Amino acid sequence: MIELKNVFKSFDDKEILKDISAVMEAGKTNLIIGTSGSGKTVLQKCMVGLFEVDSGDIVFDGKDLTTMSEEDRKELRQQIGMLFQGSALFDSMTVEQNVKFPLDMFTKWNHQKKMDRVNDVLARVELKGTNKKFPSEISGGMKKRVGIARAIVLKPKYLFCDEPNSGLDPQTSMVIDKLIHEITKENNITTIINTHDMNSVMEIGENILYLYHGIKEWTGTNKDIIFNKNQKLNEFIFASEFLRDAKDMRMLEEKGIIDNDRNMEDIMRDGGANLLLGDDDKKTS
Amino acid sequence: MPLQEDGENQKNQTANKTLSEKMKLFSTIGAYLLMMKSMFTKPENFKMYWKELMHQSVEIGMGSLGIVAVISIFMGAVSAVQTAYQLTSPMLPKETIAQIVRDTVILEFAPTLVCIVLAGVVGSKIAGELGNMRVSEQIDALEIMGINTKSYLIAPKILGALITIPLLVVLSMVLGIYGGRLAGTLGGILSGDTYDRGLLMNFVPKNVWFALVKAYTFAFIISSISSFYGYNVKGGALEIGRASTTAVITSCILILFADYILAFFIL
Repeated sequence: MIELKNVFKSFDDKEILKDISAVMEAGKTNLIIGTSGSGKTVLQKCMVGLFEVDSGDIVFDGKDLTTMSEEDRKELRQQIGMLFQGSALFDSMTVEQNVKFPLDMFTKWNHQKKMDRVNDVLARVELKGTNKKFPSEISGGMKKRVGIARAIVLKPKYLFCDEPNSGLDPQTSMVIDKLIHEITKENNITTIINTHDMNSVMEIGENILYLYHGIKEWTGTNKDIIFNKNQKLNEFIFASEFLRDAKDMRMLEEKGIIDNDRNMEDIMRDGGANLLLGDDDKKTS
Repeated sequence: MPLQEDGENQKNQTANKTLSEKMKLFSTIGAYLLMMKSMFTKPENFKMYWKELMHQSVEIGMGSLGIVAVISIFMGAVSAVQTAYQLTSPMLPKETIAQIVRDTVILEFAPTLVCIVLAGVVGSKIAGELGNMRVSEQIDALEIMGINTKSYLIAPKILGALITIPLLVVLSMVLGIYGGRLAGTLGGILSGDTYDRGLLMNFVPKNVWFALVKAYTFAFIISSISSFYGYNVKGGALEIGRASTTAVITSCILILFADYILAFFIL
């Protein structure tokens, strides 16, 4: 679990994060959403220690990152995995070498044990047989999966993903989302994902933090988000391409067809728009 | 009165600009020194650092071998031909040509000229590589893993340059002198024996040590300056190109400045 307590961050005179307090829960996919420039990436970089906060605390399971010694920070960072927006794979290394790199750096395992672990994680992200390929020889989706494999190879407690779906087609995006979600559940990882992809929000948004101009504007789950009454959040979600059914769902709610307790997956599977149609309409269509 | 005020405003603006430029220079020097300081930490894994050092040594040394060899042979050859052209007096023995080629190659051409070329070849490569790593977030990825990126990425480059560039300079001395011999004999300027005799006349071993001091100094300048500009790239592809250019220009200027200082104090 990661707790953010009254986090402030500014660059020169510009205040980017203003009094952010939130809890990122273990075993859940915690999403930070917001428009470009809302402070998502800055917040995530503060959480991993790439930026220092001006004030406030970032507490990793009781240990405050902001007051930690450099040695403790190094130790903590070995429990953190991160998937970058552009994957950040090392160009000069093969897929296998990229994934093996953290093991080479931080473990004293023998070669066979390292290779077993590398092959395990590559199989987990469905990338068997790509060991000897270079990043330039694989697709964007595959790069993301290699990035995930590298991030989880040391079995981290915390996984950070910065815009994992950027530059990917919707189908591949869903595969990546599902993979991150499954890995989070399997290993009880505290996963924090920066995104403005509403598909991801609806698919895996178990705990959502909405930032608006550096201010925490709303928190909730993917079940709550459709029915929220926050005007700024609604402007954000209904401006996106996804949620073609979202407005319809709101209408469904108003009509009393669905309610907050209804499982969102069921709603999505059925298609919100279809639910708008009564049974009679469905038969005739 | 308004004209006078305008003039004063302009003066103030110019003064402020000069001051901010001076401050920028100081902050750049400060950032460079801080980078050098933070390089010295205990490696996370000595084996990986050693591997990176070997990799960088090969990249810098072997990668520049061809260009250094070509430059050195022609540098010596041209030096021999031009010296022969200028030494028209029959009072001067032919051996003098070999002596002049030897001393200019050892004292100046091999360490300074080769290092200026290496500032372009190695410097732009280092700045470009680090700049690309910075822009594509590879440096951030290493930082998040808990690796001191200055130690892991910059120190092996500087050490690799300190190992290989002096070796390249020594090689350049040998090839330069040989190039002079080749041009002298092939052009019928002097015989091989005369040239060899000239090489042994009035030889000052201190010159070789001086050349090596220069080589180590220049190697440090090339690798550290290029690393500094590459590591601190902000932006995109355009900035990587700019950083490479700035790294090469700054390295060349500092090499020439250091050349003068070393010559002044050591010779």
